[in-house]
Amino acid sequence: MATIFNDTQMTEFKRLVARYPEGKQKSALLPALHLAQDSFGGWLSTETMDYVASLLTIEPIEVYEVATFYSMYNLKPVGKFVFEVCQTGPCMISGSDNIIDYLKKTLDIKPGETTKDGLFTLKLVECLGACGYAPMMQVGKIYKEHLTKEKVDSIIAEYKAQAANN
Amino acid sequence: MGVKLLLDKANVPGIRTYDVYRREGGYRSVEKALKEMTTDTIVEEVKKSGLRGRGGAGFPTGMKWSFIAKPEGVPRHLVCNADESEPGTFKDRYLMEFLPHLLIEGLIVSSYALGSNDTYIYIRGEYAWITDILEQAIDEAKAAGWLGKNILGTGFDCNIHVQRGAGAYICGEETALIESLEGNRGNPRIKPPFPAIQGVWMRPTVVNNVETLAAIVPIINLGGEEYAKIGVGKSTGTKLISACGNINKPGVYEIDMTITVEEFIYSDEYCGGIKDGKKLKACIPGGSSVPILPANLLLTTAKGEPRYMNYESLSDGGFATGSMLGSGGFIVLDEDQCIVKNTYTLARFYRHESCGQCSPCREGTGWMEKILQKIETGKGEMSDIDLLWDIQRKIEGNTICPLGDAAAWPVAAAIRHFRDEFEWHVNNPELSQTSNFGLQHYADPIHVPA
Repeated sequence: MATIFNDTQMTEFKRLVARYPEGKQKSALLPALHLAQDSFGGWLSTETMDYVASLLTIEPIEVYEVATFYSMYNLKPVGKFVFEVCQTGPCMISGSDNIIDYLKKTLDIKPGETTKDGLFTLKLVECLGACGYAPMMQVGKIYKEHLTKEKVDSIIAEYKAQAANN
Repeated sequence: MGVKLLLDKANVPGIRTYDVYRREGGYRSVEKALKEMTTDTIVEEVKKSGLRGRGGAGFPTGMKWSFIAKPEGVPRHLVCNADESEPGTFKDRYLMEFLPHLLIEGLIVSSYALGSNDTYIYIRGEYAWITDILEQAIDEAKAAGWLGKNILGTGFDCNIHVQRGAGAYICGEETALIESLEGNRGNPRIKPPFPAIQGVWMRPTVVNNVETLAAIVPIINLGGEEYAKIGVGKSTGTKLISACGNINKPGVYEIDMTITVEEFIYSDEYCGGIKDGKKLKACIPGGSSVPILPANLLLTTAKGEPRYMNYESLSDGGFATGSMLGSGGFIVLDEDQCIVKNTYTLARFYRHESCGQCSPCREGTGWMEKILQKIETGKGEMSDIDLLWDIQRKIEGNTICPLGDAAAWPVAAAIRHFRDEFEWHVNNPELSQTSNFGLQHYADPIHVPA
């Protein structure tokens, strides 16, 4: 995959930069990295980060230091679907441990790993602001809440079907 | 039924859209503020209202606004803090998701009062779908003439931009948020200079929480004095509480700060009691950073008086026997919960979220996490408890930003009130892996266990 934004992505990138005062284009770095991650396979390679640096006319190191600071940027390849399961206090007291164990067993991977078919990555994360609807996980832009083992089964089936249809 | 000023229209079908919101009386405060009020009188009304920052610190909003510097020729900015990341807190999410126009309305009035022509909403990166909702609301408001150039023919220009963060609790701290908005790591700045003097791009900046800015709407509509009549003492107006944990009805509730904690937990109008008929053990009433209280000190103060859901009452007794209203993240723990494990998960959270600038926080949070994990997994020694106490004391007050305090307080309170449970873990390394300490000393004194 060539690391160059297509026309739609470039239009969005320009919209992001235009929100800030002239000369302050670095402010668009976080949104630009989201866009780059979504555009180039779900993670940020060095090549991708260097491309973003060149677009914003900043040094590559300025991009690396930001990309390594924030937890939503993936610095290595991930599966097609990333299950980010919350494990902080409110989710823990509502049973997130059981959900994490069940996901580990069902997907047969440890947190941080990706299934052999490349479909699912399991990631343990800290509080996502869904405490009243715990236990929960984030998959892409979507929150999956009030998780039970049955619900986890149907979520996995849903994404498997989605992958098969593409 | 208490007074509702923010969520009174939350259940109106279609309220998320501009047309319904406007039909229900939305954007009246913009008309009133821009046509009938000056920027100074708006700040005066906010001062009179007694509104205190709803993000957690509770600093008077009107006073914060009055600090903004107005150097000639330098743009000023209002930044809305929508980085809601304090464990237990999900009220801003609710407000933005279901009443996006209420926030936009509050932002327009506040931007006018502060002289901000470009206002930013900094939203936590995980709330991606809410970013779309807000951007749609902004487009609708702009199409209807409430944003853009020369609003209502007053000559006031205003645009609102939404920027997503990317996963960092620390960016809820206002100077870290500003750094992040500038495209940097979220490392808090040393104050002074305060953002009101040098904030984003070194320009005068006010950073306010989502709920605070939404509350500007009823303040303008009612007038500051009328708003201040709701509530009690210095806890004026209404507060959103996000209730979670082992209760029957988790969710977001608007309260007028005159109800008791007991009513909030047990009444069907709010939490609806403890789940599965279990007993209340403890509660963290204002987001994970505030001190945890055992049931007896939660429901009544040390003097034996009922405790109320407001700033003063929840902090009655200081940290020795009280807590804080904080962000309104109300986490309830039932009799089956282990205080050691709960404290461990929170310590892990703060270690994960420490930006690493200050040694006491960077090293201390990791150290506390390791010791708590040791005790939780049955490998703890009695001296570990004193060591934990010592570490938290050396973090508190010794860091650039309040994350250090926020990491220290939950550990301190857990040891202060539940030391016997920590000792039980140390003394029963095997038993503690299969059962828990339960309620031994801290049963709810009102709802006496059957």
